[in-house]
Amino acid sequence: MPKNDALKKLLIIGSGPIVIGQAAEFDYAGTQACKAIREEGIETILVNSNPATIMTDPGIADKVYMEPLTEEALIAILERERPDGILAGFGGQTGLNLSMVLEESGALARLGVRLLGVNRDSIKRAEDREAFKELMLAIEEPVPQSAIATDMESCRAFVAEVGYPVIIRPAYTLGGTGGGMASRDAELELLARRGMENSAIGQILLERSVAGWKEIEYEVMRDAKDNCIIVCGMENFDPVGVHTGDSIVVAPIQTLRDEEYQMLRDASLKIIRSLEIEGGCNVQFALNPENSDYVVIEVNPRVSRSSALASKAAGYPIAKLAAKIALGYSLDELKNYVTHKTSACFEPTLDYCVVKFPKWPFDKFGAASRKLGTQMKATGEVMAISRNFEDALLKAVTSLEVKLEGLRVDSISRLNDEALLHKIDVCDDERLFAIVEAMRRGESVEALHARTRVDPWFLNKLGNIVRMEKALEKEEMTVELLREAERMGFVDDEILRLSGVSGKLLQDIRDYHNIFPVYKMVDTCGGEFEAVTPYFYSCFDAEDESRVSDREKILVVGSGPIRIGQGIEFDYCCVQGVWAIKELGYEAIIINNNPETVSTDFDTSDKLYFEALHTDDVMNVVKKERPLGVVLQLGGQTSLNIAENLAKRGIPILGTQFNAIDLAEDREKLRNLLGEMGIPTPAGKSVTNEAEAFAAVKEFGYPLVVRPSYVIGGRAMQVVYGDEELKKYLEEAVSLSSEHPVLIDQYIEGREADVDAIADGEDILIPGLMEHIERTGVHSGDSISVYPPHTIANEVADLLVEYTRRIARRLNVVGLINVQYACSGDKVCVIEVNPRASRTVPILSKVTGVPMVKLAVAAMLGKRLRDSGYGVGLYRKMRLHAVKVPVFSGAKLTDVDVALGPEMRSTGEVLGVAGDFAAAVYKGFLAAGMRIPLEGGFYVGLRAPDQSAEAAETLREYVRLGFKLYASEGTGRFMEKYGISAETLRFEDVLQKTGEEILGLINVPEVANKPGSNSFDIRRKAIERGLPVLTCMDTAKIFLEAIKLKKSGAAPKYATLEEYLGDA
Amino acid sequence: MKGILYLEDGSVFTGKGFGARATRVGELVFNTSMTGYQKILTDPSYKGQILNMTYPLIGNYGVNETDYESEGIHAFGLVAKDIASSPSNNRSVMNIDEWLTLQNVPGVWNVDTRMITKKIRDEGTVKSVISTEDIGLAEAKRLCGESALRQDWMKEAGAKKRFRIEGEGPRVAVLDFGVKTSILRGLSSRGLDLHVFPYGSSAEELLSVSPDGIFLSNGPGDPAEATEGVETARALLGRAPVFGICMGHQILALAVGGRTYKMKYGHRGGNHGVFDADAERSAITSQNHGFAVDGESLTGRGMIVTHVNLNDGTVEGMRHENLPVFSVQYHPEASPGPNDSAYLFDRFVAMMKGGKAQCRKTTR
Repeated sequence: MPKNDALKKLLIIGSGPIVIGQAAEFDYAGTQACKAIREEGIETILVNSNPATIMTDPGIADKVYMEPLTEEALIAILERERPDGILAGFGGQTGLNLSMVLEESGALARLGVRLLGVNRDSIKRAEDREAFKELMLAIEEPVPQSAIATDMESCRAFVAEVGYPVIIRPAYTLGGTGGGMASRDAELELLARRGMENSAIGQILLERSVAGWKEIEYEVMRDAKDNCIIVCGMENFDPVGVHTGDSIVVAPIQTLRDEEYQMLRDASLKIIRSLEIEGGCNVQFALNPENSDYVVIEVNPRVSRSSALASKAAGYPIAKLAAKIALGYSLDELKNYVTHKTSACFEPTLDYCVVKFPKWPFDKFGAASRKLGTQMKATGEVMAISRNFEDALLKAVTSLEVKLEGLRVDSISRLNDEALLHKIDVCDDERLFAIVEAMRRGESVEALHARTRVDPWFLNKLGNIVRMEKALEKEEMTVELLREAERMGFVDDEILRLSGVSGKLLQDIRDYHNIFPVYKMVDTCGGEFEAVTPYFYSCFDAEDESRVSDREKILVVGSGPIRIGQGIEFDYCCVQGVWAIKELGYEAIIINNNPETVSTDFDTSDKLYFEALHTDDVMNVVKKERPLGVVLQLGGQTSLNIAENLAKRGIPILGTQFNAIDLAEDREKLRNLLGEMGIPTPAGKSVTNEAEAFAAVKEFGYPLVVRPSYVIGGRAMQVVYGDEELKKYLEEAVSLSSEHPVLIDQYIEGREADVDAIADGEDILIPGLMEHIERTGVHSGDSISVYPPHTIANEVADLLVEYTRRIARRLNVVGLINVQYACSGDKVCVIEVNPRASRTVPILSKVTGVPMVKLAVAAMLGKRLRDSGYGVGLYRKMRLHAVKVPVFSGAKLTDVDVALGPEMRSTGEVLGVAGDFAAAVYKGFLAAGMRIPLEGGFYVGLRAPDQSAEAAETLREYVRLGFKLYASEGTGRFMEKYGISAETLRFEDVLQKTGEEILGLINVPEVANKPGSNSFDIRRKAIERGLPVLTCMDTAKIFLEAIKLKKSGAAPKYATLEEYLGDA
Repeated sequence: MKGILYLEDGSVFTGKGFGARATRVGELVFNTSMTGYQKILTDPSYKGQILNMTYPLIGNYGVNETDYESEGIHAFGLVAKDIASSPSNNRSVMNIDEWLTLQNVPGVWNVDTRMITKKIRDEGTVKSVISTEDIGLAEAKRLCGESALRQDWMKEAGAKKRFRIEGEGPRVAVLDFGVKTSILRGLSSRGLDLHVFPYGSSAEELLSVSPDGIFLSNGPGDPAEATEGVETARALLGRAPVFGICMGHQILALAVGGRTYKMKYGHRGGNHGVFDADAERSAITSQNHGFAVDGESLTGRGMIVTHVNLNDGTVEGMRHENLPVFSVQYHPEASPGPNDSAYLFDRFVAMMKGGKAQCRKTTR
């Protein structure tokens, strides 16, 4: 069936901000979909509020609306654009839900817009638990016993029937928000209530638990002709009970006999056919290992995180093919994108083993429970490929960047046996390491299987790793042993440490016997056909398939897994970098390990190495390819961290050199440098013990900012106001990082500004300045920031430009640099210098139209900014206003505070863009999913330092707008002093009224992130009810703009980025 | 135990040995299935072949008592990247090493199976020696040179004597070139009354049971060598509805006067898409063949090509213009592989019940 020629213009809905459960995979899917449609000559309109994405870049879609993903905005855009259809299956749950709303309200019918790829019935049947169960019963596919509940009565009745444990899943949510497993009455009460609250329709599913069964997933595709294929089957290391997003996942399926594999394959095909999906879908099964019985757990009628993983694991671009299918093509008319010759209507066969490992944010959220369950907690993931499971697993662990060389975690090695077994039973993010430690202590596979239900096949493989550890420790080093250890994925440092042999000896054996990794191709067909796609992984085997061209090459080091503080924006920069390198005529090679992203799409670069980003792995690729230079400044802290090692080995680093990176990152050196240059920076000291710390206190006085050296995302950074707090911090922080000292800086209160510049060694170009709404003390990643600055005076702006130019010049920056400033009155002071791409690069590139990464790469390759056509100095100010609003995955991590502080907590961001400031603010809040109330009550609770006249002015404005204010006792007294009427409430009453009379919080806590404290509970409840929680007075003040605009009733205008830029 | 694989072109792959201590000469082929090694190794069509698995982890779910496609292993040797010594599955009774030992079949692992696959892809299937007996290179070379590859395995891969699998439904005479158990099960589970005839049986012998249909089975070797089989098939055309699978399909082509040819490296796996012109859609198929039917040679012979391989356009199925006769190159019985084409067995049953008209109709 060829393409439907009636389709001339299509709209694609993106997934909005990155939150846990909905991350970079939808940038990958959306980008592929846009490209697949555009190359058919169809006009492509994209709506997405996430500025850090590649898909919102010029050149991917024909028109980009960076507008909130709300019904109102979508209808306005549909009315303007009148597309022929909507592709709803590429924007995750957000896109799907929004499409459903548009369909149900009749808007699509009214505007003559077709829903492509999925239809209302299939979404309903896949997503509505009851409808799904009915369908499964109708097609005779087994599902666990279950019941739908909208009240507690029916929950209790169900449990009385099937017994505990039961699984609770809310209907219509992302990544299992609010779900969980209940084994007791109390847990049932808690989880069921929360689930009903979280569900968009107040509905939950209760299900008999099949925890402990094997969890198996299939990625299925179907076209309108009813051709169906399985792209990839995957098996979870962790049995049912842990969300698949939090599971170690292996592809292909390892432990199923062909009959079992085909049984589930048949079921998958039956299911996608019954749902009549035209495109991709994910089916999850639980399989009883004792007798091969199975049940269908879940179906996602769209591309998903799993489909991104499957695409990368199998080399089969699901989103691209799903988009083609939505246009009317059938699979048997399309070509395999990897071989270019064979058909797309086939099932990829893998000749390697893939391991996906989740990346969790617990290093950032010290207080959060690490226990894993049915609610996803990971922010990102890594993938590793090898010819055996052991190597793939070890590579994945290296890729996590948690400083592990192998599977040994010191804190776990130190546990006594009892504590160790307890840790295994709890099932947290470190369970794998605990299992391996138990094996080291002699625990049997049988015993561990009984305890964990992890399949013995996996446990035996872990046993192989443990046996190799012991062999290295006890046996004489031989060529055979080394070969075997390398084949299993042991890294050099681990081999040296365990065997005690010298590095020289190891190197000699290696050289003489030629024990080096080779690169194999991911080709979808197990080598059956010749492939043209240059997608490689390393392994210890005989033949190296990576042919090195004679072109000049540049290697871009990627940013690894998405984590808090290092998100999708760095993948954006890497992809832009690759494109720029290609445009300049060089061969662009990328090395990265994140399966979700565009950078690891095998048609992004000229050559993709799917590898860990450890120095050894990068060096192996460097040795192989001998690039002209390596680009390290685009992959965030990950790539920057290996600068020293590469510099020491004499590897050419493009752009800014290591010595400059070191100067900027080492705060002591930076302070001295800025001092010499006469540029103000907060006084500070680096201390290694308590005595030195208190000496510093004497010198600077409180408040102080304390942090460990070398940081990402303000890790473990804190503002301290007194001795006791400082003492406590030092005890915890020093144990966090013993290699590096603790830094103590003066805390400067003021406005914060982010300056991003491109430097060529001579000149700099600053596309624009961004000002933070929240004052210093709130992490820049978590603050609302605006372009252009709205309070910074011109003279101050001039100073920012001048300082940035001088710093760039002095550090000899070539490429990108980000400088963060605190501005107080007409004084400007440097807080941080990052000689690399930053979070704000994609935003500024989009709102100014200056292609920052492209210019930076050109500068690295010797081009002059003066000749770029964009000029030098500060670029002209656009007439648009843009407001970046952070988004927190608050609903997912129930024990994490949302109160702002110096530690970054947000997982993503949105951009509100408009012709005027207030509308941009309004759109920003809206896009961030913040409910903007027009009436009702606000609860106000402010810590002492915030009980100021300025705060009173803001609160008075809330009263003036007709809101009723409630207050804690202390805050009430303060408000009374300023003549602001407020009803004083006890804590219990606040909690009870939240969500009823109280529709928002203005709450600046003394100490953030203290679960169990009163105000924490109030904030949690408000977040779970979807209420605005404003934890900084600056945020509360700017929120007024959004309320006022909404009250005025003026409908905001929606336009494309190009139109906003054109207004300049 | 050391294991070596010596290829006729002189290349040598040295790895570790497993299974039996033995040396065999055979045709080296690769299979891309990710599951089903037990069914593959016991498929009689692999007789005389040394099997290189492209999936690197073999033996994960062990060996069980049910996944047999015949009484034992027919392949001459197994080559794998990695083998599981501790398999895991509720039906597993032993690991692959133990099984190969028991079945007296040598295996080699820890060699670059992808490199071997690419070699076969580029140069075609090749005569090879597999050994776990520590033989020297000279010995391997000598053995390889001295041994000729047999192409007539179909003459002895199947049943030696007639036997019957009773059923209530239509009666089918099966001509056995090395039939897979799953094919017999696929027919018998549809109630068919099966009379299985050994290679060399004449048309008269088959017709003596008054069959409602004839089934021509899969089997090893070059179909052109199966002269008696082709003769029998030719004599059966027009006497009863005929369904052929794999070698049966090739025999049928030869019987109408068409040609078969040896493919460079064949199709062995479970992932190829095949377009069914009658149904106007495609299915993912289980494949195992080194020879194929020359589509052009069918012109004017009364056969219409109905199924085409989506990757290389080779003939995957055909049916007769006038007679109730059809065949496929691939394996609707799967085992291992996808079950998407099981409908072909139903088509055969329908054809026997309803004659030719039913033959064209597609039911899935």
